[in-house]
Amino acid sequence: MVSLNSYLILSALLFAIGTIGVLTRRNAIVIFMCVELMLNAVNLTFIAFSRSLGNLDGQIFVLFVMTVAAAEAAVGLALMIAFYKNRESIDVEDMNMMKW
Amino acid sequence: METLFFLIVAAIAVICSILVITNKNPLNSALSLIMTFFCLATLYVMLEAPFMAAIQIIVYAGAIMVLFVFVIMLLNVRTESTRRGKHALFLGTMTGLLLLIQTWYMVGRGLVAGIKGPIDSALISKVGHTELIGKSLFTDFLLPFEITSILLLAAMVGAVILSKKKL
Repeated sequence: MVSLNSYLILSALLFAIGTIGVLTRRNAIVIFMCVELMLNAVNLTFIAFSRSLGNLDGQIFVLFVMTVAAAEAAVGLALMIAFYKNRESIDVEDMNMMKW
Repeated sequence: METLFFLIVAAIAVICSILVITNKNPLNSALSLIMTFFCLATLYVMLEAPFMAAIQIIVYAGAIMVLFVFVIMLLNVRTESTRRGKHALFLGTMTGLLLLIQTWYMVGRGLVAGIKGPIDSALISKVGHTELIGKSLFTDFLLPFEITSILLLAAMVGAVILSKKKL
């Protein structure tokens, strides 16, 4: 019987790995993918707690998280395409117009 | 037996997520992320949520990651030329590790407040997970469900406008 703590430890590990990815990569699309990884780690936490507490609210919230992640991925990737048309690069080091 | 299976799937998920953040080619990162999603779907099945596992594969691995792969191929993203500076790498990794230590510290030490609810594995195998989620989604959570449709409409309009030739 796998306890709740194992799922929480795994979820925290995936979340931290996603955070490291967001903070260390230069490609904007890869940063986006690491944000999706973080969202999935949180989904795992929700579903683990939902099973442990005998309640379905966590899984309904996971449905909404997935929907919001899909909407965010669509709009974010459209934004990346618009930026690429302007600058010919999606390197975050090149997105420095607001730097002083 | 179940613990061994959980350890194998968890190890594959962690290895694939490390591959996501360390690959030079963004297409390899996308494929590793798809593998991570499959491992997570397996874990959802182990947590007695088979509908969420199916939705995870359909929505995440089947729609969102396909969109990512299309955009990567459309923009013809090359492999990253240079890495970030040494200081940025070090600080980023240290922040992630600090976050990890902080969350791992809290795992065994919290009090899960809340009364155990009525949904257990007997009820799920009797009634069916999809029906339970459907009942809950369309009665208790009807308002967020309708608001989500407006959110998706806004996302569609936004995506179409942002990728026009002339804004």
